[in-house]
Order: sequence, then structure tokens, then C-alpha cells
Amino acid sequence: MRVGIIGVGMTAFQPSTPAYNWKELMFEAASRAYADAGLNPRTDVDSFITCAEDYYEGFGIFDEFVPDQLGAALRPTCTVSGDGLQGLASAFMQIQTGIVNVVAVEAHSKVSDIVSLEGIVEQGLDPIWNRPLGAHPYMFAGLEADAYLRRTHTPGKALAAVVAKNRRNGLLNPLAAYGASVDEAQAAKSAERFAPLRMLDISEPADGAVVLVVASEAAARKLHANPVWIRGIGWASDSPTFETRQFGDAWYAEQAARMAYRLAKVRRPAAEFDVAEVDDRFSYKELQHLEALGLAKPGEAGRRVLKGDFALDGKAPVNPSGGSLGCGNVFEATGLHRASEVALQLRGEAGRHQVDGARVGVAQSWRFVPSASGAVAVLGVGK
Amino acid sequence: MRKVGVIGAGMTLFRRRLQDTPKELCYEASKMALDSAGLTLADVNMVVSGSAPDAFDGVHMKGEYYADGCGAYGRPYMRVFTGGGTGVFSTIAGWWHVASGLADVVLVVNEEKMSPCQPHAQSVFGHIWDPILDRPLKPNLVWIFAMEMNRYMTVHHVKKEDIALVAVKNKRNAVGHPCAQLADPNITVEDVLNSEIMAWPVNRLDISPPSDGASAVVLASEDVIRKRKVQDKAWVSGVGWCIDSTMWTDRDLVFPEYVARAAKMAYKQARIDTPRRQIDFAEPYDPFDYKELHHMEGLLLAKKGEAPILTKEGVTQRDGDLPTCPSGGLLGVGNPIAATMGIKIGELFWQLTGQAGKRQIPHEVRTGVAQAWGDLMQYGAVVVMRA
Repeated sequence: MRVGIIGVGMTAFQPSTPAYNWKELMFEAASRAYADAGLNPRTDVDSFITCAEDYYEGFGIFDEFVPDQLGAALRPTCTVSGDGLQGLASAFMQIQTGIVNVVAVEAHSKVSDIVSLEGIVEQGLDPIWNRPLGAHPYMFAGLEADAYLRRTHTPGKALAAVVAKNRRNGLLNPLAAYGASVDEAQAAKSAERFAPLRMLDISEPADGAVVLVVASEAAARKLHANPVWIRGIGWASDSPTFETRQFGDAWYAEQAARMAYRLAKVRRPAAEFDVAEVDDRFSYKELQHLEALGLAKPGEAGRRVLKGDFALDGKAPVNPSGGSLGCGNVFEATGLHRASEVALQLRGEAGRHQVDGARVGVAQSWRFVPSASGAVAVLGVGK
Repeated sequence: MRKVGVIGAGMTLFRRRLQDTPKELCYEASKMALDSAGLTLADVNMVVSGSAPDAFDGVHMKGEYYADGCGAYGRPYMRVFTGGGTGVFSTIAGWWHVASGLADVVLVVNEEKMSPCQPHAQSVFGHIWDPILDRPLKPNLVWIFAMEMNRYMTVHHVKKEDIALVAVKNKRNAVGHPCAQLADPNITVEDVLNSEIMAWPVNRLDISPPSDGASAVVLASEDVIRKRKVQDKAWVSGVGWCIDSTMWTDRDLVFPEYVARAAKMAYKQARIDTPRRQIDFAEPYDPFDYKELHHMEGLLLAKKGEAPILTKEGVTQRDGDLPTCPSGGLLGVGNPIAATMGIKIGELFWQLTGQAGKRQIPHEVRTGVAQAWGDLMQYGAVVVMRA
């Protein structure tokens, strides 16, 4: 049974949203998605999924606060404590069982409400082995970036090229919070943070919400929708401990891609995708993920970004939306945001950052520090 | 849709202040479940976990933290979270992994360690309220459940001693459960009524204890079950889940409509139209004794206000016509929120396969229903299983 995205709703991403609470952000994105799909959530949506983590939300049980603003009161609803793409995978599976036809998937970030973000992320470290070290949790990203650069002999300036590309792409995206005309020299000279990562290598937090409406082929036809098909989806986790995982490799992304490609029958990813949206919450992650997805040969992503291959007008556009560096880090909403961007590209509705004639695309996510979990979705239009 | 069966289950001791880490508890439960299914980790395609507030264990993204204990390393792994409803809901998530055709064998692991939360797990429940409307009143869970219990008693003219019968039944049923925390063969209604008043009409013995623990079940597709000639299996024949509005003050606290809707969803799938006749035994969620009664009505196993009468008549005893919480329930075995899967889904599996030992229902049972309840008195998750 084919499953497709029939509604896309996003709020703008902003560094802070003092005028709205999280319910209002969710409501706005949901309203847009339902309007886009042309349906009434109270009668046409069979199941609702939210992707959220308690500590980010500041609640003991965040699932409580989901239903009303999505139109989900007294309906089948659940929380996936994971990235938005994992929520999309859950919707995909629910529809495949045949018990539901239309599912709404929501993810959001209200990170501006968090008083001490680094303290929250630090609470994710192993309480016995890692937390007592007292280090800033992003230090682990710095260590991994260093391991990646050394192993692949990637020049440091490749990171600056990723930053410059994505911040500039962000300028073309009206929803992006951090679009800016940054050049490689500026990125390479920004303040040192977690060597080799500099200030501009780290995406800045943003608020925002994303809702996708997903439907079975039969339901999509009934709703006169023109779906973006979920051709394949996959997710995987590497070891949770830093000490035992494949440090420097995005092994989780490789495994997730393998599963998604198997379902989508993708054999030569580098040749088959017109557009890619991959996680770039630290600049090196974009390169690492491109290699894991098979979009660049091992160790070559850095040199290819320097050549301009991944630019909006390059051979293989990557993160035309601006990615997290350009749009902002929206935490658990990151993967769903990327899937939305790919869906808009394939519908030809991406506006000024449209990739010409895109028919097949890939979205990839990672669950941020300190995890080694990720997901991949292959989307396509037409037959 | 592919047919899915439970082929193994395991659970750790339910205790206050277990010394094991969350990873170790997950490992122990997973190992037991795989051993009972006659499988090894290599046979597992995907892993699902369920756990309630991260703040209990004191780890942000705790699903990621204890993932290796669940055998999730190198596998597709996902955590679901619907408050207390997770106790049954994670099995529903595991079910859709297999029923969708994406996986053949799924390991579902639920874990909860409430004791790291000092001085008491109730302090986490201080953070489950609407920050503007509720929190300034400084409510806690016992406080709102006392309101719900009081309303139930008032509307249906139920006496406190009739509700206490549930606590007595379940704590006695838990005798013989190898994991039980509060089994008591000699408890009486007077003991419950004379225990300390927490928030009237709730006494201490009306409430299940906070616990640490983990549980796991193995789900497999029909193909795998037939090919491996698995003997001990219980089919998942219906699943349902439903959430009510966040605004608990706007709700009718007398009848759990969200449980009824989840039950109807599951019954429809399981082709059950007269639940009271077609269901042989039930494991409703019983963190408080009145909740068992409340949930029996929500599960349409009793008419509104009838559950206390059935209890008084002995219908819900282990040898009665509708054995309810034969495991001993949360009141007798313990309440490590999500890990109660072991006494809901696990008990269904053990009863339906004749492996419940001293807890085995003396007459033949073919169909059972498990239910969990969670969030802000608003979540119902229901699973129907058949031998």
C-alpha cells in the first residue's frame, strides 16, 4: 500500500516567540497543514502523532498537552519520544496495518522557553560515566568533528563552506530564522567554541512547529490530493555510549538509509536524488551524513562542498532550505521540517530556493547530542 | 494486515530503590522475554520501548540512554510515551511494527525507575500541570484522584468499603506473583479503611506503591510463529487508543469516555460486540482501587455504576465469572508506571498460555483484555488478546 504526504504546514522559525505559547505554534502549523490537505481534522484524520521530549518541553508528561490544538481530543493520539521523522515512520506503519487511513504528525520546538538549554542537554549524558566530567555537552560534537576531519583528511575550510552555503540558502527561505550573507572567511574566523567547531559551525536554536498530514493511496484519492509518496523510510540507533559507538562515522544514518533505500528500491543514491535535506546542526554533520547516505563517497563530501557541488545550483543540491544552520535548530521538529522541505520541493512549491524539476528527494535526521539515532525518508512524486 | 502474536514475556522484581541501573533492568527483562520465546537478540528485527517521565530516572532522552539494555544497538529503535498509558500502549506500537510488514520480530521493553526522584516521585507529578491554570494551586495526583473517586462514589452511591474490596482482592491475588511488592494474604477491608488518609476519600492502601522495574514482551508475525512452530503464543486481536482533552476540569469525571472509545476501537477489530460475554478475563489499570471499577465500566465489562456490585458478588475474583486483575494488579504487584506492561500484557500472555502458575485462573480462558490509563486522567490504551 502506498502512503503519501497530502498536507504540509509550517510556522516561520524564529529565535524566540514571546507572543505565542507552544499550543498556539502547534495550532498554527496544524491549521495550515489541514487547509493544505483540504480536510477537517475532527472527521477526516484517524490518528495523531506528536514527537516530543519532556525535558525540552518542561513538563512531567508532555503527551497530556497535545490533543486540543490539533483537533485530536477523544481520538487516537500518541507521543513518539523521538525526532519528527520517527513520527512519520510511525504514521507510515499505522497506515500500512490498515486500521487508519489518515494520520497527522506534529513536531515543534519552543526552545526559547528553556532557561538553561545546555543544562538540559547535559542531563542526557550518562549519569555515571559522562556527567561527572562536567564538560559542556557540545564538547562531544567537537571531539567527533575532530575525529571525522582527521580520518577523512577533510580540510577545515570545508566546514566553513557548509556554513556559508546553508546560511545563504536561508536568505532565500522566508521561514528561516538565520539566513545571512556569511562567507567562508567569516565562518572560518568566528569565535572558537569546541575545537575544531567555531561559533558559526553550531546551529542556533529556534522556535517553530511543523505538521504533516499523511494518507493511504485510497484516502488521498478520495480527498482529491496530489500526494508526495513516502517511497521508503528507515531509522536506526548506534550505541548510546560515546565510548563504544562508531565515533566519527554516522553509522546510524547509514543503517537508516539502508532500510529506507531497500523499501524505496534505491540502488544508486548519488544518481537518483534530485534534492537532499540532511541534518546539519553542526556543520561537520552535513558532510558526515552525506557520506553515510551514499550521496558522497567516503571522505569526499568536504572536497565536493568546496567545489560547489552541493550548492542550490550545484550538481546535487543539499539543504536548499538553509538547513538547521540557516533555519535554526528546532530540536525534535528538525527531521519533520526537512521532510516538509523536500515535499515542497517535489511539489514545485519551494519558492526562491526551488530546485528545478525535482522529482525524488531524501530527508535525513539525527536526534542531536548525545544520541546516535537517526532516520531517513525517501520521497517522490508521480509513479 | 498481518496477524501478530505475543510469544514471550519477562519482568523484573517490582521494588522500591532497586540497585540496578535502568540499562540493567531493561537487560534483565529483555533477556527473560527472549528466553521465554526461545529466541536470541539476533532474531529481533526492531525494538520499541516505553517509559513514562524522564524525570523519574533523571535522564533527558532516557529512551536513548537505556537503549543498549533493550538490545536496540544497531537496530531500528523507537520510544513511545503516553504517560501511564504506556504500560499497554508500547505493545500497540510494537504491534504496528509487525502488522505493517516492516518487521517480523519486535522486542518491546518498558522501564521505569521512580526511586532516583527524591524525596518522592510525587515531585515529578508537580510538573504535569498546566503552568497557568493548575500549577499555582499546587495540586498532586492523589488530590485529583480523590476528586474523581469522590465524584464516582457520589453519583453511583458507592460505599468506601465496596471500593476497598478491590484493594483486598488484588493484594491477595498478588500472593504467588514472583515479582510482587505488596502482596498480602491476610489484608482485610478494615485494614484499608483504617490506613492513613492521604486526601479523603483516598487512604494509603487504596493506592499502588511507586516502584522500580522493567518488563518486556516479544511480538512476532504469524509466519514466524508458524515456521518456528511456537507453542506458547497469544494473538493480538484488537488494539485501541484514545486521548481526551487536556482540560480535565471540563471533563465528566464519572465515566472514562476515552477508555470506552479505545475499547470500542479494539473490540471492533477483534469482532467483539458483547464484551461482557465474549471476554473471559480482564487486566484493567488499577493504580487506585476505584480505578479498576471505573475502567471495568469504561471497558464496557460492567454497566455504569455496576462494577462495585460485581466486585461485591465475587464475579471479579480469580475463580469468578469475570476474573479481574488475576495478576494482583498494580495494587498488589507494584506500579513502576510504564513497566506495568508485565502485569497487563504479560499476564494476558501467561494466563492464555497456561503459564501463570499459582495465579492461573482455574477455568479455561480464551480471550482477555488489558488496559492502561495515563496522562492527566485522559488516556486509554486497550489490547485484546486471544489464545
